[in-house]
Amino acid sequence: MTNLDYHALLPEIILAATVMVTLVVDLITRRKQLVAVTAIIGMFAAFVPVTTLAFCDSLSFCTSSGAERVLFDGTYVVDSYSLVLKGVFIFAAFIVLLVSVGYLGSDRYYEGEYYFLLIASTLGAVAMASSRDFLTMIVALELVTAPAFLLSGWRKGDSKSNEAALKFFITGVLALALTLFGVSMLYGLTGSLLFADVAAAAPGISHIPLFILAVIFIILGFGFKVSAVPFHFWTPDTYEGAPTPVTAWLSVGSKGAGFVGLLSVVYLALPSESAIWGPLLWIVAALSMIVGNVVAIQQTNVIRMLGYSSIGHAGFMLAPFGAAAASGMTDLSPLFGATVTYFIIYAVMNLGAFGVAIIIGSRVGSYELDDWRGWRRYAPGVTLMLAMFFMSLAGIPPLAGWFAKFAMFSATIGVGNWWGYSIAIVAAVNAVIAFVYYAKVIRATMFDPVPDGVDVAELEAKTVPGTAGLAVGIAAFGVIVLGVFPGIAAELGSFSTSMFAALGG
Amino acid sequence: MDWFENGWGLSLIVFLPVVGAAVVLAIPKAKEEALKWVALLFALATLALAVVLAVRFDYSAADAYQFATAPDTTWIAAINANFHIGVDGISLPMVVLAAFITVLVILYSWNHWPEPHNPKLLLVFVLILAAGMTGTFVALDLVLFFLFFEVVLLPMYFMIGIWGDRGIREVPVFGWKIEMRLYASLKFFVFTLFGSAFMLLGFIALYFKSEEVLGYRSFSMIELSNLGAAGAFTGTFAFLVFLGLFLGFAVKVPMWPLHTWLPDAHTAAPTIGSVILAAILLKLGTYAFIRIAIPILPQEALRWAPFIGVLAVIGIIYGSLACLAQSDVKRLIAYSSVGHMGFVMLGIATMTDIGINAAIIGMVAHGLITGLLFFIAGSMAHRYHTRDMRRLGGNMLLMPKMGLLLGFAAMASLGLPALAGFWGEFMALLAAFNPAEAIGQTPLFRGLMVIGAIGTVLTAGYMLYMLRNVNFGEPAEEWSGTEFHDVDRFEWLAWAPLVIGTIALGVFPKIVFGATNDAVVGLLQKAFGG
Repeated sequence: MTNLDYHALLPEIILAATVMVTLVVDLITRRKQLVAVTAIIGMFAAFVPVTTLAFCDSLSFCTSSGAERVLFDGTYVVDSYSLVLKGVFIFAAFIVLLVSVGYLGSDRYYEGEYYFLLIASTLGAVAMASSRDFLTMIVALELVTAPAFLLSGWRKGDSKSNEAALKFFITGVLALALTLFGVSMLYGLTGSLLFADVAAAAPGISHIPLFILAVIFIILGFGFKVSAVPFHFWTPDTYEGAPTPVTAWLSVGSKGAGFVGLLSVVYLALPSESAIWGPLLWIVAALSMIVGNVVAIQQTNVIRMLGYSSIGHAGFMLAPFGAAAASGMTDLSPLFGATVTYFIIYAVMNLGAFGVAIIIGSRVGSYELDDWRGWRRYAPGVTLMLAMFFMSLAGIPPLAGWFAKFAMFSATIGVGNWWGYSIAIVAAVNAVIAFVYYAKVIRATMFDPVPDGVDVAELEAKTVPGTAGLAVGIAAFGVIVLGVFPGIAAELGSFSTSMFAALGG
Repeated sequence: MDWFENGWGLSLIVFLPVVGAAVVLAIPKAKEEALKWVALLFALATLALAVVLAVRFDYSAADAYQFATAPDTTWIAAINANFHIGVDGISLPMVVLAAFITVLVILYSWNHWPEPHNPKLLLVFVLILAAGMTGTFVALDLVLFFLFFEVVLLPMYFMIGIWGDRGIREVPVFGWKIEMRLYASLKFFVFTLFGSAFMLLGFIALYFKSEEVLGYRSFSMIELSNLGAAGAFTGTFAFLVFLGLFLGFAVKVPMWPLHTWLPDAHTAAPTIGSVILAAILLKLGTYAFIRIAIPILPQEALRWAPFIGVLAVIGIIYGSLACLAQSDVKRLIAYSSVGHMGFVMLGIATMTDIGINAAIIGMVAHGLITGLLFFIAGSMAHRYHTRDMRRLGGNMLLMPKMGLLLGFAAMASLGLPALAGFWGEFMALLAAFNPAEAIGQTPLFRGLMVIGAIGTVLTAGYMLYMLRNVNFGEPAEEWSGTEFHDVDRFEWLAWAPLVIGTIALGVFPKIVFGATNDAVVGLLQKAFGG
């Protein structure tokens, strides 16, 4: 350990330091905004090394060690894939922080600890992206989830929030147990926890039933994390009960960490075994799309609706995995890149949607769609933003969501067999179904009249908290820019696949 | 003015309205005059540029793409999608028509704001629509085409949903009662989205298939047309891709039996929404058949031609009969669009130069005439507060100028010679007599021609039926004592150009054919050889 590459670890180091500093700041000041400011500065600071690492080749002070930096005997790797996702996670946490400031101020919450836990969770997600062995990955994943358990129950006086935390905790632990069980079997078979070793050993042992069982267990565990059907039932309740900024983080950060785990495990540790995980994930993807989107239509609560919508989007993101089902597929990188591209765009638009939902929800005091009717009358700007994010989630050009779907379609069809075509057709039908419930929100806020008995003047007088406005503005900018110049997301997506070339895949 | 030639001029025509929309968004809601003037100025500037485009267009090379951006102007590098736009003789009339209609719509709106009054938002949507429509007509890259094709959906959806008809309608099958505008806007969107999802799958399939011949993947319409002409797309693959494209385009046209969104959307939309829908949006589908389906999948298009022809003729007859059963003026005009678009599709299905020329002039004429009809229907509904023909009557006595204009538009719509509507119908039938030999179904098409000809009689029938009910006879009891103001200044301003255009096109169809003919002949020659 003489030559530790501190530059490569700098994002994690800064985040870890921020975690400590927020605690200290919380201790010495009564002005809780200072804690938030510390946290936001920490996020900014952590983003800097991510960019310097990404553009290392063109920076004079940066000593490049090739495409990837391998640390700790190969268990921790900083490459383009991990950098892209680290960037997304830090961006997501930054937005969630901005949204949280106004939200926490609106009621009696513990503030300092909230920021502490949120950054700890972010640190886990960032570490997750670099994990290249099962042990590091599980530790990182639990670092994402454990603070999220606590955050879900942050509204202590509300029984729904308690229920949310408990449900999330129990299913989370169950998922962890499943994954660990699968990993232990895999370890027993291969004698190693490193993804690279498992990948090398897998073809020789893939006929053993225990191996297949191990793969299934690991994937089921992640199924819970990404809230894919049939492991989704905790999602709507937790999303509804948790404080809404936490829900935003769950739907992007925690879900994203699950996807990173899934991507790493199947594409890095088990690339040769797509005949096992492919069909399994095909079914999970199709079910998630269908159940998520169809059930979302019946929701009357916007946050629950966004919960089911996030299940549907998990299905869209899983579709490329399912398309890999044919045995003997050699080039998996387009499928991998499509999921990453989708996730980047999903993160931006979903955070935006939650941001607007929080702004409206905290003004009305309710997330029931019926109470949101006629919003265009007293907040045209906010409503237009809402329409933008929801239409982007529906995938309507020129908003960013269209390219996420496009990338997914083009990757699945590009496989060139019926596994790919069939999942693309399922996705196409679901894209249309999804529009129906997003349109319900548009209809209520933009088309319907103001319900009787609402004091319009009072609602007009309430202002949008500046930080939340900023967060939504950033997301809105992102949704438009990524929609008109989707090349940015596509580049990041294909940038993230560079290690496939290194693997010789 | 070299910058105009190398793509900047055309880009400006597409994106100037977007800039206009942004400026309008920035102006406070209360300053209505400023909002209107800004929107009008941007629309006029766009129209001026479109006119410059038409003047500078080289008609002797109408089959080449002019004013085009460089084909390798990178847009999305990762999927080799480029910002490649250009006009040829086929798209030129459509570009001019779109810019023209946008100006008229804004002029008409000047003091005809639909409820709930919100000029700012409405103007923003009109301008975004303008950009989407023009963009679709000039895109030469499939992804770019898809983007523009879809951009028009949202503004139109909002237009119908916010300013649409608040009457109550019962949803068939389910029996729910719902406001017309909510039902129509959702139906419009879901139908179109359904079609375009499969269209997109077709585009992507072509993209991957192109690699087998080109060595790289391409979304370029030009490259894909070259491949199509060389016979690169065949068999089940071509069939499925054509099916996907067909679903996307046919919903938009709309072709029977995918038309059911149209009567609802047209009827529920506010007047200017109906005008834009009828005049331009429907043409996106037919244009796409000509620009994408035929050149890229020529052999498949020949195989599908009889099927398309039959659906087109069913549309003609069905639309006409449905018209005869309507009591709502707007709904009648909406169904008449189904019939007229049937003639356009019949022309396309013949795969001959006459037929496709007929289709294009039919598209332009339908844009002018049905645009005018919807304007008038909207203005009449504004005055009578009803569109029910059973309550109307004697309009000639109450509002003679309005009645005259309605009579003119109805005559033009039924295809009276020397007016614009004549050429599209007449030539489509003519083309059906002698369809492309490669289809090998000449007797079938001759049968279609006969049925189509019956359709023209029915068209005359329902238009005259409408005139009798609305214009002639004595005014009903309920209107006695009501003051009606006849056509006002803004209406004249918006309608006179349409009337002039209809007459001009009827007398000198060369205005359109001069641009389209060479382009159509070139397109067919490239696709089918010979």
